[in-house]
Amino acid sequence: MTFNIHDLFLLLPEDFLLGATCAILLIDLFLKPGQRSITHWLSLAALLGTMALILADTDPQVTAFSGAYIHDKIAAVLKVFILGISAVVFVFARGYLRDRELFIGEYYLLCLFSILGMLLLVSAGNLVMVYLGLELFALSTYGLVAINRDSGIASEAAMKYFVLGALASGLLLYGMSMIYGAAHTLDLAGIHAAAPSVEHPQLLTFGLVFLVVGIAFKFGAAPFHMWLPDVYEGSPTAVTIFIGSAPKIAAFGMAYRLLEAGLGGLSPHWSLMLGVLAAASLAIGNVVAIAQTNIKRMLAYSTISHVGFLLLGLANGTPSGYAAAMFYAISYSIMATAAFGVILLLARAGFEAEQIADFKGLNKRNPWYALIMLLAMASLAGIPPLFGFFAKLLVLKAAIDAGMIWLAMVAVVFAIIGCYYYLYVIKVMYFDQPEQETALVLPQDKPLRWLLSLNGVALVVLGLLWGPLIGWCYRAFGLPS
Amino acid sequence: MQSNSILLSLLIWLPIIGAAIVSLVGGDNANRARWLALAISIVVFVVSIPLFTGYDASTPKMQFDEFQVWIGAINANYHLGADGISIALILLTTFTTVLVILGAWDSVHDRVNQYLAAFLVLEGLMIGVFCALDALLFYVFFEGMLIPMFVIIGVWGGPRRVYATLKFFLYTFFGSIFMLVGLIWLYFHAHSWELSKLAELKISASAQAWLFFAFLLGFAIKVPMWPVHTWLPDAHVEAPTGGSVILAAIMLKIGGYGFLRFSLPIVPDACHEYAWLIIALSLIAVIYVGFVALVQDDMKKLIAYSSVSHMGFVTLGTFIVFALMRGGGSRDAAYLGASGAMVQMISHGFVSGAMFSCVGVLYDRMHSRMIRDYGGVVNTMPWFAALWVLFSMANCGLPGTSGFVGEFMVIVASFQMNPWVAAGAASTLIIGAAYTLWLVKRVIFGDIANEHVAELKDINLREAIVLGAFAAGVLILGVWPAPLTHLMDASIRHIVDQVAIVKI
Repeated sequence: MTFNIHDLFLLLPEDFLLGATCAILLIDLFLKPGQRSITHWLSLAALLGTMALILADTDPQVTAFSGAYIHDKIAAVLKVFILGISAVVFVFARGYLRDRELFIGEYYLLCLFSILGMLLLVSAGNLVMVYLGLELFALSTYGLVAINRDSGIASEAAMKYFVLGALASGLLLYGMSMIYGAAHTLDLAGIHAAAPSVEHPQLLTFGLVFLVVGIAFKFGAAPFHMWLPDVYEGSPTAVTIFIGSAPKIAAFGMAYRLLEAGLGGLSPHWSLMLGVLAAASLAIGNVVAIAQTNIKRMLAYSTISHVGFLLLGLANGTPSGYAAAMFYAISYSIMATAAFGVILLLARAGFEAEQIADFKGLNKRNPWYALIMLLAMASLAGIPPLFGFFAKLLVLKAAIDAGMIWLAMVAVVFAIIGCYYYLYVIKVMYFDQPEQETALVLPQDKPLRWLLSLNGVALVVLGLLWGPLIGWCYRAFGLPS
Repeated sequence: MQSNSILLSLLIWLPIIGAAIVSLVGGDNANRARWLALAISIVVFVVSIPLFTGYDASTPKMQFDEFQVWIGAINANYHLGADGISIALILLTTFTTVLVILGAWDSVHDRVNQYLAAFLVLEGLMIGVFCALDALLFYVFFEGMLIPMFVIIGVWGGPRRVYATLKFFLYTFFGSIFMLVGLIWLYFHAHSWELSKLAELKISASAQAWLFFAFLLGFAIKVPMWPVHTWLPDAHVEAPTGGSVILAAIMLKIGGYGFLRFSLPIVPDACHEYAWLIIALSLIAVIYVGFVALVQDDMKKLIAYSSVSHMGFVTLGTFIVFALMRGGGSRDAAYLGASGAMVQMISHGFVSGAMFSCVGVLYDRMHSRMIRDYGGVVNTMPWFAALWVLFSMANCGLPGTSGFVGEFMVIVASFQMNPWVAAGAASTLIIGAAYTLWLVKRVIFGDIANEHVAELKDINLREAIVLGAFAAGVLILGVWPAPLTHLMDASIRHIVDQVAIVKI
């Protein structure tokens, strides 16, 4: 393996993001606290610039560093959404950070590094690259969770996240070492080629188990989900919205690279494992969410259940299943952003919207944002004609195509159970009497309000016209659309 | 099959866009919202009339066809079309919505614009259900309907509205999502969501049985059939008057429509296999639930149970077709049974809508639905009492009213299958008369029960229009049902003929 300096130019979007992040790091040092908006706008510009560079290449087929870095259509779609959704998160988070004296350069820098890690992760072509991307992403998020260092609950969450995350990384690394031992290569394509004829197939399978555990941890799939509710609840909401959205897309990319690109030949094995994880996540996520009173914690368990659905698509092990799972990851991120966006907005209107009870009678006090929350909840519950329904539909279709009708039935039953807690939020907002009758005084943050409205409307519009998006996902996997 | 008509799209989207306008401009002025919503609903009704006049009833072909690729990746299309059955139900929908909006004029004061907008959205989605020819599109409308109804019951309902609306939502969602799994399975085998293609698909007997029960769960809960009917009395009791009217008059019909559109053509052999089950459940609904209605002390609950009992005729009429077609019975009797089921659906739309509107009229004045709070209403509200008695007669199936036509057709058809089934079904004429007339006796007749009843004012012009329109429907359909049966005849014959073909 030789290092070719020219390969660096092939990574133009990542190079740009890295350069921009370093520049922002330097610029931020010289800014006075009152000028922090410059960091905000520069960070947004960095994300959008990277996105433009990715979109500029309409037929991406880049392989660099002897196959360690692969930028194909799948990576392009995932990266565009990781960047786009993160940009939305930045806009949503700004006012919240400012109100809580967390409007500091570190938030943006840690996010940017974390995003860079995600981009490398979804472009990974060998095991080392997977690990590098993952660690860059994960270490930055550990820091983000603890960004409010005076908060005991946040520090506790960060500590848990770090310890468990380190454990999962260790397991992943252990699995990688076994796969390397069996296949004698780190290259994912090489592993794929070598897998049918390795000397010790059981070693490969053994390594696979550890890989799946690592992936399940990063997704937050049950029974490796313990960190997720604490992190969601403990982090400042501006961090929760970041962790709750784009990383799911990156996790899908990582799972795809490792399982399909690397170990596609073992799909009968991992398909079953993912099926079990999916069923467990659906059960635990949906049932435990019902008992929650904290909305962030409830959304954390809802995430776990959505991960179950996502794994259902992955478990299928065919291009249409991957396309369905990818569509699910993207749509979930968009829905979660809307839900957390409303929480962020309300958190600034004079009360901390942490408890579900805080949403009482929201419809009387502000019908428009109550409607957006209703759309987000109904979409997460998977009620047509909203966006979330079609994501579930495709995943169920993938499961039924693969003959896993029983798993599809399990998913359906838990989707109904899950419906209850989403409806409960709607019930609280619409049917309960507010404690104060006065209209909410919302912050005059025009970018946030417009973008959040757009996000809510998108859940309906994408529900009616989801053809282009699913077409994009299908084309990425070379399927007709 | 390119689109050449936009009539059906117009009927779906006009009320939905209208709803957005009503909720936006009517926020601070309730009267503006009322007039606007009324105007929109009347326009929609007028637009729906060409469906009736322009329909060629001599052929079962889907007419007013619209076709647009929706999601190319999974072959889903925006495909609309209507046959006689759809048109009858669409007209019922547009007609009832006008009356519901008119009926809500004085009885709803809280967030009027949102209330009316919810009904307009509901109208658009229900019309979509009745004319979708693509299974996925049908499902989207079918489920989408739940959201406005959930809000209507939950926001404007009675004291236990939250319990009722959650029960309503989860029950119906539970049923329909299994139907979705069945539909995906069908798509996997047919590679199409087109209903006509699904009907042509050859399916093995065991798969048909699974599909049959998946559909049954979805539609039986909607109808609702015994024993999955328990959400209905709660939903009706807690819903505001308009919600009850729409629920009883139209939403229940979607279950019956689903049986005709999905179960019969797609899985006829499983339907044949399990027709005995449906017939048994229908008879239990007709007889047992009829007795349950007898002991209710809440007027809305009584009418709700009577709805379950009457909808039993719809499922009975639909499924005796199998016994008749494949059991060597006469084909004409099968047509009669299926037509009877359809006539019963339309008639029950008028009668139950009218009965719930009547209860609404009383409730607006007295704020009570309890039978014991009333008595001698005829003394203070003679016009109202006359109309109520008319609707009650229709509810017990008196000849000359619409209630008689459908029930009679189903009973005659079932007699050809098995006299005992006919006897069971016919017992409704006694049980139905018992609970309905006893209700009339306790509420309308007798001496004035208390000073509240003594202060009652008779119906005003607006209420007279609403109840009068229902009364006209009940009487016209009762005396001269020919236009309706003619409208649906070819479509029903087509469906019944399909049933005769074994497609394993």
